[in-house]
Amino acid sequence: MKIHLRYFASVREVIGKGQESVQTQATHVGELRKELMAISPQHAEALARHKAVRAALNQVACAEDAPLSDGDEVAFFPPVTGG
Amino acid sequence: MSALSVSIQAEDFDIGQEHQALRAQDERVGAVCSFLGTVRSQSDGQSVSAMALEHYPGMTEKSIMAMLNQAQDKFDIYAARVIHRIGDLMPGDQIVWVGVTSAHRGQSFQACEFLIDYLKTQAPFWKKEQTPSGARWVDARVSDDDALSRWGIQVPRQAI
Repeated sequence: MKIHLRYFASVREVIGKGQESVQTQATHVGELRKELMAISPQHAEALARHKAVRAALNQVACAEDAPLSDGDEVAFFPPVTGG
Repeated sequence: MSALSVSIQAEDFDIGQEHQALRAQDERVGAVCSFLGTVRSQSDGQSVSAMALEHYPGMTEKSIMAMLNQAQDKFDIYAARVIHRIGDLMPGDQIVWVGVTSAHRGQSFQACEFLIDYLKTQAPFWKKEQTPSGARWVDARVSDDDALSRWGIQVPRQAI
């Protein structure tokens, strides 16, 4: 299935782009994160386990076990710092 | 303007006009509480010459509307509005404004604090500061998560 990815702030800068699409068999967001880390050293660094990375599924904050469906939009970003 | 609204904008805003608009034509209102956040010239011991604010178009608006709906369920308020700026800002600039109206002060004071606590930890915005040693992304503060937990909302320290 196809997943549309969005990256923001330091995650976007390290990966070097704000969005991309991937074909994946990952069943949930945590598994997708692991798969993405294999794309490039930059992906591996931005999404590394020890980093505080937050995720959103279809523009709603989600946890690692959030299930994926074809066409979903998944975003990865650092903890938010607005206000 | 509907009772609950959010505006994400690059442009500055006029607090006086916003106050007026929030309570216009509603004579039930006996209290207006608001919070204004501004850019500081010092952060973690370094001087800040400029700041850039990034957001997640779509999710940012949706998450703030969800907060406004929660505030309306939780408190006895009439209207609430959030304005948040994006793009390049300078020390002294206005960043964020939260305004709430109610019959008596207690509910709008509480709803206003709830909204800014919630926004700081949940709305997708990221600040990047320009300092003498270069540009740096601002780190999230644990104290902000603690502020939100006062409202009975527990934030996972690491969501995934």
